[in-house]
Amino acid sequence: MQRNPQLNAHGELQHLLSIEGLPREVLVQILDTAESFVGVTEREVKKVPLLRGKSVFNLFFEPSTRTRTTFEIAAKRLSADVINLNIALSSQTKGESLLDTVANLSAMQADIFVVRHNSSGAPYLIARNVKPHEHVVNAGDGRHAHPTQGLLDLYTIRHYKKEFTRLTVAIVGDILHSRVARSLIHGLTTLGAPEVRVIGPQTLLPSGVEALGVRVFHDMRAGLKDCDVIVMLRLQNERMDGTLLPSAQEFFKHYGLTGAKLSLAKPDAIVMHPGPMNRGVEIDSTVADGPHAVILPQVTFGIAVRMAVMSIVAGN
Amino acid sequence: MRLHIKGGRVVDPASARDAVGDVYAADGKIAEEFSRADRVIDAKGLVVAPGFIDLSARLREPGYEYKATLESEMDAAVAGGVTSLACPPDTDPPLDEPGLVDMLRRRAKALSRARVYPLGALTVKLRGEALTEMAELGEAGCVAFSQGNVPLRDTQLLWRALQYAATFGYPVWLRAEDAWLAKDGVSHDGEVATRLGLAGIPSFAETIALGTILELVRATRARVHVCRLSTAGAVEMMRHAKQEGLPVSCDVAIHHLHLCDMDLGYFDSHCRLEPPLRSQRDRDALARGLAEGAVDCLCSDHTPVDEDGKHLPFAEAEPGATGLELLLPLTLKWGAAHKLPLAVTLARMTSDPARILGVATGRIVTGAPADLAIFDPGAAVRVTAESLKSQGKNTPFLGYEFAGRVRYTVVAGNVVYEG
Repeated sequence: MQRNPQLNAHGELQHLLSIEGLPREVLVQILDTAESFVGVTEREVKKVPLLRGKSVFNLFFEPSTRTRTTFEIAAKRLSADVINLNIALSSQTKGESLLDTVANLSAMQADIFVVRHNSSGAPYLIARNVKPHEHVVNAGDGRHAHPTQGLLDLYTIRHYKKEFTRLTVAIVGDILHSRVARSLIHGLTTLGAPEVRVIGPQTLLPSGVEALGVRVFHDMRAGLKDCDVIVMLRLQNERMDGTLLPSAQEFFKHYGLTGAKLSLAKPDAIVMHPGPMNRGVEIDSTVADGPHAVILPQVTFGIAVRMAVMSIVAGN
Repeated sequence: MRLHIKGGRVVDPASARDAVGDVYAADGKIAEEFSRADRVIDAKGLVVAPGFIDLSARLREPGYEYKATLESEMDAAVAGGVTSLACPPDTDPPLDEPGLVDMLRRRAKALSRARVYPLGALTVKLRGEALTEMAELGEAGCVAFSQGNVPLRDTQLLWRALQYAATFGYPVWLRAEDAWLAKDGVSHDGEVATRLGLAGIPSFAETIALGTILELVRATRARVHVCRLSTAGAVEMMRHAKQEGLPVSCDVAIHHLHLCDMDLGYFDSHCRLEPPLRSQRDRDALARGLAEGAVDCLCSDHTPVDEDGKHLPFAEAEPGATGLELLLPLTLKWGAAHKLPLAVTLARMTSDPARILGVATGRIVTGAPADLAIFDPGAAVRVTAESLKSQGKNTPFLGYEFAGRVRYTVVAGNVVYEG
């Protein structure tokens, strides 16, 4: 088996490709570093000079507004130069290969590539082919991983719950297509959360998901019982063609988070969502805007977490 | 050419012969002892075996010459000790017209290396809509009819195809994969695919399709060879089908004997294969089934892919691996792991595939075509891009070292390779 391609010879984070396989210490280092940056984002001058003179290329092979924007803000707060490339609309459609695109950008002196791609594993291919001083940060690849989202979810949980070792966490909805779920599951199991549950219909659960260390529930009421943390996943519109689910209404009836279902969790449970939300499909507005929801703080923490990741990889 | 191969360990699986001795060839055939040879090969310390017969090797002609040419792949074949090979019809255009088949055979013959047995397309353009002219294709040299890796969704047409082929006694070679269940899938549907976020092909995509095929064989009595099994369930089904007396046989590709989905590692696109690498349990069942005879033989499933086709994210990468030159070392490795006598190990790529192809090669007996592979079973071979003669350098085994080096390959009494 090859060495974990995201760690350098000293076991330090060279690229961030997946939470899976990262040692606990590396995760804690990222979360602690993020904590120190939360202060920065609240200051009047929201900048630190850690990445001054460095270039961050946002390489988005798949459309995204939120993730790309938060990476851009994070890079700018670290004083980096940010170049946004919306590849979905340019060279790929002209037939240029993924590696040719990266080689061309590399010739423009990149330091960090932030990559989103619709094919699982694409950031690994890029990481194998960049120069030694260049770093790759996965901003979401296919169904595989979305490690900065997973980290900001971990950060949010730690912020509200302080520690992981007594928590019951439920992840609800389309686990099959969710890179967010996979990253969060790996993070939670690495940090010692004793019970991670996934809740959804069989058509939206990947086979053998139990092997990731989770308990499977098809009944949301049973699955939410005594949970500390509820993570609702976005149900993509393209899943609604009738082959996986009969309708959005029926999905909401079984797996939508309502106040009544939320009351089955612990009284101080928090509700998270990676966004963008489909109100009335996976979450009721009263819950999304209610006192248990920590969905907007997640976004704020996301910037600090991405600052932490970029500053750590650039320093290794 | 009168050839005398002297003092080698002669292993002929068909006759269970395994003894040090001499082999003579004259006029392209294995001959009785003679005294005046044009050439004497000292085979001391080497194994003299029938030339290997590979039931699936893509030569990429016509249509995909940028991936490989007939020259490069025929070089690879004889460097691997392969003296006969069957090539699937999924070329561009597919082998659905006698002219194409004829041209391929003549081009191959002109190179005078391995013997090429084309498989004709079962349906026009492999589209699964209309049957090809099997008699015409048969006359042009097609030994059987196949869809290659292209699915035939229409089970009624499959039924008709088997009826028609059975009428005229043509064998049909099929892969067992339900096209709907395999839709969009790129890996074995299981824990690894779940972890990597890759779309899976469930094992029952193979067993359901195989169930359909076996039921149609029961109805039509067509002679069917099932290509490249990948699941433990299919091995069991084949075992029972043979016990029942159905006219069926099957093979497994070398990769599936030695690798499983765990080997995908960090999205290694060299492990993107058709069928997908499955679980360890499946791998072990295939290896055991081959040892016990439920699986008849091995093939290299040689599929040269150019670098651009593999330098892509896993799901987008072109499936396939180069294999002709790895057939011997990987077969020996499997045989050693199962503690099989060398004659049994070698049978899976000599006499057994010869039986399925219906050819006279694959044995060392006076009067048989003098196709031989002479190899050093203990010599180390390191698999590198430079060492491979095939234009395809795509193999999950790059960098590995195996035992088993081909020293001479003889086709029709002529030495066509010396290594």
